[in-house]
Amino acid sequence: MSYWYYPGCSLKSNGGPYEESLLAVFRELDTPLWELDDWNCCGATSYMSIDEAQAFSLAARNLALAEQASRQSPEKGTPQLVAPCSACFLVLTKTQRYVKQHQDLARQVHTGLRAIGLDYQGAVQVRHPLDVFVNDIGIPRIRKAMKRSLDGLKVACYYGCQVVRPFATFDSAHNPTSMDRLVEALDAKPIPWPLKTRCCGGTLTGTIRDVGLRLSQILLKDAAQRGAEVVITVCPLCQFNLECYQQEIARTFRDTPRLPVLYLTQLMGKAFGIPDAALGMRRLFVSPEPAFARHQGGQPVHA
Amino acid sequence: MFKRTTGGDFARPVPRIPGPKDIRRHIAYESELDPTFGERIARKAYGEKLFSCIQCGTCSGTCPVSHYMDYTPRKIIAMIREGFRDEVLHCVTIWLCASCYACTVDCPREIKITDVMYALKQEAMSQGVYPSRFSIPVLAREFFRGVERGGRSNELPIMLRFFMKTNPLRMLQNAPVAWRLWRTGRLSLRREQTQQRDTIRTLLRAAKAEEEKAP
Repeated sequence: MSYWYYPGCSLKSNGGPYEESLLAVFRELDTPLWELDDWNCCGATSYMSIDEAQAFSLAARNLALAEQASRQSPEKGTPQLVAPCSACFLVLTKTQRYVKQHQDLARQVHTGLRAIGLDYQGAVQVRHPLDVFVNDIGIPRIRKAMKRSLDGLKVACYYGCQVVRPFATFDSAHNPTSMDRLVEALDAKPIPWPLKTRCCGGTLTGTIRDVGLRLSQILLKDAAQRGAEVVITVCPLCQFNLECYQQEIARTFRDTPRLPVLYLTQLMGKAFGIPDAALGMRRLFVSPEPAFARHQGGQPVHA
Repeated sequence: MFKRTTGGDFARPVPRIPGPKDIRRHIAYESELDPTFGERIARKAYGEKLFSCIQCGTCSGTCPVSHYMDYTPRKIIAMIREGFRDEVLHCVTIWLCASCYACTVDCPREIKITDVMYALKQEAMSQGVYPSRFSIPVLAREFFRGVERGGRSNELPIMLRFFMKTNPLRMLQNAPVAWRLWRTGRLSLRREQTQQRDTIRTLLRAAKAEEEKAP
């Protein structure tokens, strides 16, 4: 099965390492991702504060494009659209659900789309990479692709808010485990972490800085106290807040640990033996190398 | 507005015991209320269940930023229903909501509280009732304009305009992060946009026109 890929704006800028490692890992798993042609911004959280009909139409254009693209492709079946950014994933699933449930909104969205010659029928399925890894590709195939065991590396799996809340159906909203299961399959050790879906502050880091930094600090401090050596995320904004602002957080709050924060796909790529350069490892602010070195860069797996 | 916290405990605003003058100022008279406000918000936010709120406070308890808010989410719901339009639209609460959906998931009455907050933000933005340099609505507006123009959001121009319009000094504060992003190739100067720039504008105008037609 092949997937349409909706990168979203973040993966094209500060989330670059996410895109690099995601594509590398999917390639390694023989699962092609086709970038959706001419996609547009999903609207994220900001657009919804301005206007409802416009926000949903903006997101719906991407869904309509995915349907159009799949009609032209020889492959049959429900088009699958992979959205790796949490905000994109949430907005796209929310749009689908609300357009289906609310007639007024549906009329507004369809009118908008017709004006640009598109048509949305609600056939596309929006997927998060976590969902695809665990439910489509499956743990056995992931274990098979593994070349290096992560050898007990202690990992804090940080889901963040918008991946599992409130529209996702592939995992629990209160205690998601899909990422923990993946990490366990790579022979790393996910720490039990009650804060795994607690908010990182989102855009507050840029707007009301003290509140935003504080929310991120709570996560870093707690993860370190529980013995995590690295934090992994599946959201570009979470990664940005926890890693890129780590120096600023440490300057504001005395007891901030220095913790590498990487993308799940980077960790997977490491276990798959993909070279660091292809995983965007060198584009991180806090190098995870010392943590990997403690585990000898992962023991080679002898099949 | 927000006191910097140093380590240790959360910063909680110290409750002040109100004197008689304060109490008088906080009384809202029925003549100042907007009885249609609750219904309007409920309709806008798919909050048909807004009126079934039992005031249990689960939303306030689960909210990660409620201790920075002037009114907690539970109070906001009560105030909307009673028609305290001006108080609700002028409060900081609606702008502090980071859309983490914790309240929406936990609400025992299935009220979509995050969407209610969005509805309030939309109302406040359309009426222009927020402090002029208050950063959050400014960011939302800049983001909106950026996307309307090119179809995709480009961090650099949006953030530059955002800081110019709120507090240019904050640019200096964020310069180290920007520098590190630049050095690691995570600050793109390439302008991301859709193939035809009019497309997005046409789409948004058509949707808006249809929305305004609705009763």
